[in-house]
Amino acid sequence: MDTVTPPVDYEDLIKEDRVHGSLYTDTAVFEDELERIWYRGWVYVGHESEIRQPGDYCTKKIGLQEIIMARDEDGEIHLLHNRCSHRGNKVAASERGNANFFRCPYHGWTFKNSGELTGAPYRSGYDESFRKQDHGLGRVSRVASYREFVFGSLSEQGMDLREHLGEKGMEAIDGLLALSPEDDIELTAGWLKHRVRANWKMLVENEVDGYHPKFVHQSLFKVSSSQITDVASDKASSVVRDLGRGHTELDFRPEYRQMGKRLAWCGAREDSLPDYVSAMEEWHGKERAHELLVDGPPHVMIFPNLFIAETDVFVIEPHSAGETVQYQTPVFFKGAPDLNWRLLRQAEATIGPAGLLLADDAEMFERNQRGVQEKSPEWLVLRRGLERERTEDGCTIGNLTDETGQRAIWHHYKELMTRD
Amino acid sequence: MSVDRRQIEEFVYQEARLQDEGRYDEWDALWTEDAHYWVPANGDDTDPDRQISIINDNRKRIATRVNQLMTGERHSQVPPSRMRRLISNIEIEEDGNEEVKVGSNFILIESRSHSMTTWAGRTVHTLRQEGGTLKLARKKVILVNNSEALPTMSFLI
Repeated sequence: MDTVTPPVDYEDLIKEDRVHGSLYTDTAVFEDELERIWYRGWVYVGHESEIRQPGDYCTKKIGLQEIIMARDEDGEIHLLHNRCSHRGNKVAASERGNANFFRCPYHGWTFKNSGELTGAPYRSGYDESFRKQDHGLGRVSRVASYREFVFGSLSEQGMDLREHLGEKGMEAIDGLLALSPEDDIELTAGWLKHRVRANWKMLVENEVDGYHPKFVHQSLFKVSSSQITDVASDKASSVVRDLGRGHTELDFRPEYRQMGKRLAWCGAREDSLPDYVSAMEEWHGKERAHELLVDGPPHVMIFPNLFIAETDVFVIEPHSAGETVQYQTPVFFKGAPDLNWRLLRQAEATIGPAGLLLADDAEMFERNQRGVQEKSPEWLVLRRGLERERTEDGCTIGNLTDETGQRAIWHHYKELMTRD
Repeated sequence: MSVDRRQIEEFVYQEARLQDEGRYDEWDALWTEDAHYWVPANGDDTDPDRQISIINDNRKRIATRVNQLMTGERHSQVPPSRMRRLISNIEIEEDGNEEVKVGSNFILIESRSHSMTTWAGRTVHTLRQEGGTLKLARKKVILVNNSEALPTMSFLI
């Protein structure tokens, strides 16, 4: 007997101040998300610095799709499905490398790193109706970069990348690059890969959660002189902001400006990075450099998967309704070797599976993932700060510990899951 | 170094037991001042000054890590993982005047209420005599899966 599973009713499950637990556990929701978010809109794939030289490639994912990000001999970037057009084998076996051609190990079919099939062995087995141009590697429909952040979309239609990011999303990325005295960054430190038994949306929501640090990271604050407590307390003047298009941020600048100290954002004394500071003054001019060095980097979650975590970048990779992998790397700012050394040291300490900070966030996600399967209550309460939201420069903002960010993410999510 | 193989093995086994049993301050006391505790990521011999590591602790950070665990509030270790590691394939890699380098393999079974995880790899301990006691100067842990996605690893590996 055929049973038709009714489609998920997202209107029913997502309200202004609460969302239903099944959104994190239902496999039908996960399948819908693949089609409507991961394979339709723009998804962050990789950074151009990861494939600097012609021939460089690395393997990434878009949703569950395994994608090769490759730079061809003309310097152009291609996003190709890692799947031999013949009978489905993997043409790129390593996570990264340099190769002008990919040769399938199964029957030797060979592809240029721009995707074209150059040859299938024993050509006499195919007649003239077999045309090489019909059998290239699958291409991700649209590829676009913003300031060397490479995004892909499996859909041929839709808004362009700049529209997806919006003014605020682009400003966030610009703000990160502005902290380099060469206006450029590299994501070349390698990636820590943290497997978390939780739904990807829990990670997205947590990236802009200003409510949790004092509780989740208490154990670290007690034993080290971390400044997070200053900027992340309920008394702080920091805010959470809806940037539109599902993107959200925590903005610590009001607090940093009150403190008025340069480099507070990387826990350094004002005088401890003189080379970096003078390079910044050289590039930006003294006044602008001072502003930037006080303000620090952005803390922005670009929906659905790119988190600019101030001096780190995280990429969220969904595996199943109950499993996610988060990739994490420190940012290297070009022209700032002294800063970068410090950021690498900090990243080692705080992020990754053994991270003094991140391990405890992951623990929260995993406990949450089990908790949302309880039959009572069924809803997650997202009403914090609802009554005190306000608009500033066209964006909704809330106090740092408010759930303005989560509400913005769910509002955008609902739109994606219910539109045609 | 005038230390026999048996003493070296005992040190390695004892270090493992202190970690398994969450005896953090006793484990902390094993280290020299110039301690280096290193778990590379994405390979066995990456450059820790240019590439991110899973753990890359100096003496100060080892102390922070231990102190954090000792607060009893590190949520990923509340309750603490129950663990036992098996050590074998012990080989003296280098025996110098001041230091001895010992390689060994391990399998570690980690039990938590919702998971049981197997960890495995090779450890290289660099031991030094200080005031008649063997101390730990360097420890490098090469996990077999250090290029793959790892679950939370907030216990002492």
